[in-house]
Amino acid sequence: MTNTADTRIADSIRDAFIAALLVAVLGFFFLALRTDIAPGGLALSTRWGLWFTAIAIVFAVRLLLNLFVYRAPAGAPKPESGIGKMAHRLSGYSTVFGYVMFALAAALPFIVMALFPVQQRQYIDLAILIMTYIMLGWGLNVVVGFAGLLDLGYVAFYALGAYSFGLLAFYFDIGFWVALPLAGLLAAMWGIVLGFPVLRLRGDYFAIVTLAFGEIIRVVLINWSDFTGGPRGVSGIPKPTFFGLDFTRGEGGFADFFGLEFSTIHRFVYLYYIIFILAIITYFVTARLRQLPVGRAWEALREDDIACRSLGINIRNTKLTAFAISAMFGGFAGSFFATRQGYISPESFTFIESAIILAIVVLGGLGSQIGIVIASIVMIGGMEMLRNLGFLTQIFGPDFDPVQYRMLIFGLAMVLIMVWKPRGLVSTREPSAVLKEKKKIGADLIGQGEGHKA
Amino acid sequence: MTTGSEDLLLSVRGVETYYGKIVALRGVDLDVRRGEIVTLIGANGAGKSTLMMTICGDPRARAGTITYDGRDITGMPTHEIMRLGIAQSPEGRRIFPRMTVLENLKMGAQLVAPEHFEGDLKRIYDLFPRLKERAAQRGGTLSGGEQQMLAIARALMSRPKLLLLDEPSLGLAPLIVKQIFEVIRELNRTEGLTVFLVEQNAFHALKLAHRGYVMVNGNITMSGTGAELLKREEVRAAYLEGGRH
Repeated sequence: MTNTADTRIADSIRDAFIAALLVAVLGFFFLALRTDIAPGGLALSTRWGLWFTAIAIVFAVRLLLNLFVYRAPAGAPKPESGIGKMAHRLSGYSTVFGYVMFALAAALPFIVMALFPVQQRQYIDLAILIMTYIMLGWGLNVVVGFAGLLDLGYVAFYALGAYSFGLLAFYFDIGFWVALPLAGLLAAMWGIVLGFPVLRLRGDYFAIVTLAFGEIIRVVLINWSDFTGGPRGVSGIPKPTFFGLDFTRGEGGFADFFGLEFSTIHRFVYLYYIIFILAIITYFVTARLRQLPVGRAWEALREDDIACRSLGINIRNTKLTAFAISAMFGGFAGSFFATRQGYISPESFTFIESAIILAIVVLGGLGSQIGIVIASIVMIGGMEMLRNLGFLTQIFGPDFDPVQYRMLIFGLAMVLIMVWKPRGLVSTREPSAVLKEKKKIGADLIGQGEGHKA
Repeated sequence: MTTGSEDLLLSVRGVETYYGKIVALRGVDLDVRRGEIVTLIGANGAGKSTLMMTICGDPRARAGTITYDGRDITGMPTHEIMRLGIAQSPEGRRIFPRMTVLENLKMGAQLVAPEHFEGDLKRIYDLFPRLKERAAQRGGTLSGGEQQMLAIARALMSRPKLLLLDEPSLGLAPLIVKQIFEVIRELNRTEGLTVFLVEQNAFHALKLAHRGYVMVNGNITMSGTGAELLKREEVRAAYLEGGRH
């Protein structure tokens, strides 16, 4: 028994050490380095104290959690083999990780406002951007990850959503909350219209046609200038209201109504929560659909469409539902984009957008929803971080323009990820159907040749 | 051999199927009566699988009629045919490799009311205890025999009246083949399940089946009870000698 306790403590310490190491690596750029505006450019300062404190806190908390929270209380039955225990612990981790991420995301604006009062606007804006891509990733995941159809024109639905709202607001003076469901419906409708001819195709042919569709939408938006405003785009798109309250200074505004001091940050925080809730809805709808027969049929379709047909599944309708649902979420995200920007033009909906969303889904691990979150943070957040590479001029001389190398570094990072994790960051697939007693057997059976540790 | 048509579950009359311009079936007649195990044997490329796929509506028959349960299904789309109580274990098994055994079985039960699932699952696990052990494993990690069991089990989950089996013995060890055929016999005996079996393994198939058909080059050349066919010189020469095990 003492032996078990010893390994337990050793395991916990090792685990806490790994966590602390991760914080050290991740936190190096966030915490240890700091750029300030100084005369003649940016000045780099270091904050080693903060960095070490963060590492120490993570180490301590992780150790305590390992020792007292994650472990089953003494006397409770433990999974038999070492690998079984590990699988058990891992699945627990991913749930805990999910909750932590959720709590963090829910409190994010306030954390940012407390920690970075100077750059709060910039950071919340970045968080909104990341959250938009998470939502788009979850939406596209339905088609690419679940149904296994390579859609290269997802941006078309994003554009349709944005223009639906933009034009509804322009011609009919409709506000965000009314336009939002309409935009989703319109995008879904277009998903079905496009889907009918396209879904007969498979593989490469399907990808090429969706790519073309994405471009067609953009070209139509540019050339139909009487209706869409052409390259000038649509401007003056209304901001969302909070139950009829505008985020404006003065009487009748949000701040006035709640007796707060007016601040432009309120609107950003509000926008953040809108996209946060939209993203969470996307998550729950898609995660739930996966457990339902239609979602399982999507995944089966990805695996083997001939077998699907022999099971009496209507392949065309199944693909169409995937396409329409995915398009609908793209439409929601699009109308949010329109209201956030206040101005939209066809330039925002180029192929590179489709490529980025697709890259998020692929890097995250096809079909993995939590992987998409990580990939969005890494990709979108990382790209923004790379914009601020000013300190490199100190190394390479003042002529060095880091912005030019942004895409290079980014591409390199993508290649490295694909080399190390060829199936994406989260490559394990959670079964959509589990009978409770069998789960443990499965985990133990998969791991063969592992000694009994406990 | 004369039976009332109400006894016929599946009847194929003068069916011709083409792949482009190439003819695969040249006017095939074949009957499957309720409660029977009927096998279709023949060499590679004779058109056995094509006939099975034609019954399922893909490819469609260019001439002739296919009647199932008194209903003309010749021109129907595959997914509608499969909803009439026909289930297929396709050639090459075609299980869903990244999905677990349990998920594969759920896919089979897609068209059945969910309240039947637990009971049906238990029955399947009784027939194939291996699948119960492997329930949480991914389909692709199963052995060939287990995958074949899963393919049949998945088909059975749809509560079929007619089970179509395409070469269930393909690439499997003789012992496993025996086990699988034993289960088919059992299902037929206890539940009266009607089975149409396409096989190259003529010896086992004819021993199992009540009746058999021999197909050569897209034509049915012989038919009779399983025992009769096993005794026929032509059958022995073409399909059994040397290939027997």
